[in-house]
Amino acid sequence: MNKKLVFHVIGKLLCAVSLMLIAPMIVSIIYTEQSWWSFGVTAVISLALGILLLKITKGFSRVIYAKEGFAIVSLSWITVSLIGSLPFIISKEIPSFADAFFESVSGYTTTGASILNNVEKLSHGMLFWRSFNHWIGGMGVLVFMLAFVSSITDRSIHILRAEMPGPIVGKLAPRSKDTSKVLYIIYIVLTVSQIVMLCCGDMNLFESIIHSFGTAGTGGFGIKSDSIASYSSYSQWVITAFMFIFGINFNVFYLFILKRFKAAIKSSELAVYTLITVFSIIIISFDISHLFNNLSDTIRTSAFQVVSITTTTGFSSVDFNLWPSLSKSILTVLMFIGACAGSTAGGFKMSRVVIVFKMISNEIKKMIHPRSVSTVKFEGKDVDENTQRSVTSYFAIYFVCILIIFMLISLEPFDFETNFTATVSCFNNVGPGMSAVGPMSSYAEYSVFSKILLSFAMLLGRLEIFPILIAFIPSTWRKR
Amino acid sequence: MKIILFGCGKIGSTIISTLVSEGHNIVAIDKSQETISEITNIYDIMGICGNGVDCAVMTEAGISSADLFIAVTGSDELNMLSCFLARRMGAQHTIARIRTPEYNDEDLAFLKNELDLSATLNPELLAAHEIFDILHFPSAIKVETFSNRSLKIIDFIIKENSPFKDMSLSQIRQKYQASFLICNVMRNDEVYIPDGNFVLRVGDRIGITATNTEFMKFLKFSSISQKPVKSVMMLGAGKITYYLAKLLIQSGVKVKIIDKDKERCIEFSNMIPEATMIYGDGMNKEVLFEEGLENTDAFIALTGNDEQNILISFTTVDKVQTVIAKVNHHALATTAEKLGLDRVISSKSATASVISRYARALENSKGSNVEKLYKLVDGKAEVLEFNVLNDFKYTAIPLKEMQLKKNILVAGIIRGRKSIIPSGADKIMPGDKVIVVASGIILSDLTDIIA
Repeated sequence: MNKKLVFHVIGKLLCAVSLMLIAPMIVSIIYTEQSWWSFGVTAVISLALGILLLKITKGFSRVIYAKEGFAIVSLSWITVSLIGSLPFIISKEIPSFADAFFESVSGYTTTGASILNNVEKLSHGMLFWRSFNHWIGGMGVLVFMLAFVSSITDRSIHILRAEMPGPIVGKLAPRSKDTSKVLYIIYIVLTVSQIVMLCCGDMNLFESIIHSFGTAGTGGFGIKSDSIASYSSYSQWVITAFMFIFGINFNVFYLFILKRFKAAIKSSELAVYTLITVFSIIIISFDISHLFNNLSDTIRTSAFQVVSITTTTGFSSVDFNLWPSLSKSILTVLMFIGACAGSTAGGFKMSRVVIVFKMISNEIKKMIHPRSVSTVKFEGKDVDENTQRSVTSYFAIYFVCILIIFMLISLEPFDFETNFTATVSCFNNVGPGMSAVGPMSSYAEYSVFSKILLSFAMLLGRLEIFPILIAFIPSTWRKR
Repeated sequence: MKIILFGCGKIGSTIISTLVSEGHNIVAIDKSQETISEITNIYDIMGICGNGVDCAVMTEAGISSADLFIAVTGSDELNMLSCFLARRMGAQHTIARIRTPEYNDEDLAFLKNELDLSATLNPELLAAHEIFDILHFPSAIKVETFSNRSLKIIDFIIKENSPFKDMSLSQIRQKYQASFLICNVMRNDEVYIPDGNFVLRVGDRIGITATNTEFMKFLKFSSISQKPVKSVMMLGAGKITYYLAKLLIQSGVKVKIIDKDKERCIEFSNMIPEATMIYGDGMNKEVLFEEGLENTDAFIALTGNDEQNILISFTTVDKVQTVIAKVNHHALATTAEKLGLDRVISSKSATASVISRYARALENSKGSNVEKLYKLVDGKAEVLEFNVLNDFKYTAIPLKEMQLKKNILVAGIIRGRKSIIPSGADKIMPGDKVIVVASGIILSDLTDIIA
């Protein structure tokens, strides 16, 4: 284990975080709020720790393997989450550590679950910081580092692979640095265009930025307790469209840039994603039609909720907790599935769902024709055995983790629906659950233990379990 | 520069490692998924699993925007075809590995022209040339020629009986009044570009530049016996053997080739009737002695097996004046050198340096004015050739008054047809070609050498 390099990367990351903290500080100063200095203090702490780590780790070797990649990613995420919680604690806007940590993790992992019953109380600086975390965490903290900070190792592919969600992580450009840059440029362009479009509606600049950050990272932090409900139908449609866009694999956008439109449209993951979304919207529209007066309201509300949940964003335009149980069940299933791999969304990922179903159908075929030979094809290519194995093992460990966390959360005195959807929602980085953790309520009632546990569930879900597991297995760190 | 490489075997991966370290954008194509995932884990490149003759794969690799396409799969025909396709699909330059002797005769120029290839690569021919150069200076370990063969760097090892041991370079210069230049010293895997105060030790591997007459002087001083090679024994009848035998026979050297495959022996005796073909197992010492190992001037182990080449070279090293072993595996080669096998040749590194020289030359047209580049001692030092342009500010200043960076040496100045081995009093003039030896620095312009 190349510990020096691992901590060197974290040192650099801390320095980068201290720079990022300047953004919310400026917002605070613009709104002449008292809390600006808490960002300053955090920035200084982060910078000091970063420089300390850089000093200690001088003379590292540049060679890393997959396990260093996993360790770097999981430790980095825990570090930024801890640092990210400091402004809340220092400014006393969220005084308890467990609450602040939950809020910070929920920000970076783009979950959007909150322990605040009354979001309007937070200062503008804090609101901006939460959403800014969504934006950075959506594409990845280390992808950000790879794109804009000098490269530390030639084998940064291991870091990229550990942080980017999905079964197959491919490069868009020959170099990792350029790949990260391409991703961030697409990301920035899309975010800015959303900000502009929202500004044309009934949102002011600050609201547009916050909601665009929430959409881009598929996070879901807003500035109101009722989320998006009080905004115009124009704003709701814009957000719906952009949530859908940010749930698409970024490779597709890259193919568009390369003008390879045919290849882009042929993507089978995109097709499945669109089909599932449209199908769910239609069923839910029928199911909830009696709650609305006209068709356009019904479709808008149903589309908003379906896209918001399947992209694991977690905005809401109505309290879907009050919907019939068929609709609620569909939404819960969508929480599991998530959106496309290689997007900013969470969940099990469309591509894995497709591969798992193809493997199942192959298995059934094999039972009927025991001598038949067949391969699993995805996006026009054979899925090799390593990928198939990793998908099945991820499938298994994914449910094992959810079940264990659900059992532990069940120690809480809430009903089955609350505990189950809270676990599923946090693990898949959605945000709101059902019943007592529904879209119009919060996670405030949970105990400290459960809040920490759910925070880890969010990290496990965002990093797709293995990096965190590997970083916490002692043999990873032992010298031979 | 964007470079696409098809075929990630031994040669391919060596080329990738050199090109990545020089900062090129590389897309690698290989048929084996395993090879691709291995190579993308080690180097910061993009890998695509597929066939380089498949248009879809080529499009995915972005062939239309590629500056250079290199095909180095095991099959010449595949290489030629994929290069042809790459050129048609928009690659600026193409290089194909073509190593079958049948293609490497007069027809090669025709093939190259018709397929619109920018260059062809023949690793075995390169290795044969390298061995051939060494046989000219049998006491040298390695010979590199620059600037159309007007300047050479020859590597020697400072042995126990060398008069140069424990002397500093300025002392050597004073004592012998000779104008040869020690441009690089390798000691314990580290490469130094020495200055006047550098003291040589036993075991150092030094690289010397000089004109041919000065070399003879140097050899006389250093009391190294210099017996020209008249007869060569080669083990293994492969492609290098073929090319080398042809070269040697042309210059009047007697060649004996041993191989344990009868078919191959017959084939070779038809192709090179001037050489003596021996059918027998070269690993059997009896066979070697029967064929007069002790009376040959040079023994060259060229079988396809690295380990065999190393072992048989060790057993013959005290009986023959010059022993050369072909070792393709880099780790094995360094170990063999450490254990005392002086002359180890690999067709991989020669090829990689040819490619990187080509890539640098291509980049010239994009601003850098490096004329040519050569790699020394496993790429740990580089020799670069610069054209002195009129806007170079440091002309007509004696070299000793120029503040050069550390680990940089001006090893030669070519003025018209004259090559100068520079001393402190020599000056760089406009229109000169300057040869610079550098270690650990990437130079793209002649002004980069000034501190």
